[in-house]
Amino acid sequence: MAKVLVVTSGKGGVGKTTSTAALGAALAQSGQNVVVVDFDVGLRNLDLVMGAERRVVFDLINVVQGDARLSQALIRDKRCETLSILPASQTRDKDALTSEGVARVMDELREKFDWVICDSPAGIERGAQLAMYHADMAVIVTNPEVSSVRDSDRIIGLLDSKTKKAEQGEKVDKHLLLTRYDPARAARKEMLSVEDVLEILSIPLLGIVPESEDVLKSSNVGAPVTLAAPTSLPARAYFEAARRLSGEKLEVSVPVEKRGFFDWLFKRDA
Amino acid sequence: MSFLSNIFARRQQSSSVAKDRLQILLAHERGAGEAGESDLIRQLHKEIMEVIARHVAVDQDKVQIKVDRGSGCSMLEIDVEVPQELNGKRGS
Ligand SMILES: Nc1ncnc2c1ncn2[C@@H]1O[C@H](COP(=O)(O)OP(=O)(O)O)[C@@H](O)[C@H]1O
Ligand SMILES: [Mg+2]
Repeated sequence: MAKVLVVTSGKGGVGKTTSTAALGAALAQSGQNVVVVDFDVGLRNLDLVMGAERRVVFDLINVVQGDARLSQALIRDKRCETLSILPASQTRDKDALTSEGVARVMDELREKFDWVICDSPAGIERGAQLAMYHADMAVIVTNPEVSSVRDSDRIIGLLDSKTKKAEQGEKVDKHLLLTRYDPARAARKEMLSVEDVLEILSIPLLGIVPESEDVLKSSNVGAPVTLAAPTSLPARAYFEAARRLSGEKLEVSVPVEKRGFFDWLFKRDA
Repeated sequence: MSFLSNIFARRQQSSSVAKDRLQILLAHERGAGEAGESDLIRQLHKEIMEVIARHVAVDQDKVQIKVDRGSGCSMLEIDVEVPQELNGKRGS
């Protein structure tokens, strides 16, 4: 059975697109068929982060409006053949996405793939609601910081009321992904702690992704961090998160501050 | 100097890749305008389909158009899957 997963947050710049690409590539590397879908119409970036920007011919809106077939708009990743991307339009109006059209495309994607991962635009308006409407599962991307946590809380409210699952009296399976986590600032108690965020939002923790320059380097070269730097700390956090999404029970490890060689040597097992 | 540039070599590498990628992308987005280019491709697709349809019944799915935008030129790749019967006819 295909799973539709929305990556959402309310707030912008917290790591939705980064996480969509990284989780998509992690799941695809385990042999499952994955498509990542960019719902950020007008501000598409998923193609750029995935390194597919030069290959875009048709996009989600073309398919929704019937100007192109789904198979013509899907771009298969050159490094990982079980990974595909359905890009968003850069220039069209976001109102071009109709609910019926999106429903038809999602049904078709469910038939072709094991995972359909939807990268949500920021905000809580129509675009974000369209991205989440068909979701079975949600990854709520949150930074340990007050405004991000507040926005995540609102998004959780929407997931519980404005989705197809909610309308059918069911629940979207929600998971918290803490990203841009800075172990040094956490140690100095300058950031909300993992426990604080979990207590406030009370949804299960999918993983903690540390702030890392490997994320920036990977997006520079146009590859998800789980493909470009698979042994880096953020990639390991994403690989583990992907395994939890697939149903494995794994302890979540908290990234610790790296002070020196000895800390590294005695670091808790990841 | 060379010691320092060694240290930063990797970072420079990825950022210069980023710059190149952005320049190619933005040249296309600003230039003809992306809408213009995808309209052109849509038009090409439609007309190619019409020409093919004159000779053989072919599914829209069997005609694939791909681009690869480069800095100097772009590649437009048109892939037409020809039905089996047509192969046979031509052969005999
Ligand atoms: N773990 C991380 N470490 C460092 N930078 C990150 C991390 N996650 C995301 N970023 C950076 O944060 C910025 C916003 O990320 P992005 O995924 O585009 O967020 P969103 O899609 O939520 O707007 C990007 O520049 C990205 O490279
Ligand atoms: Mg984004």
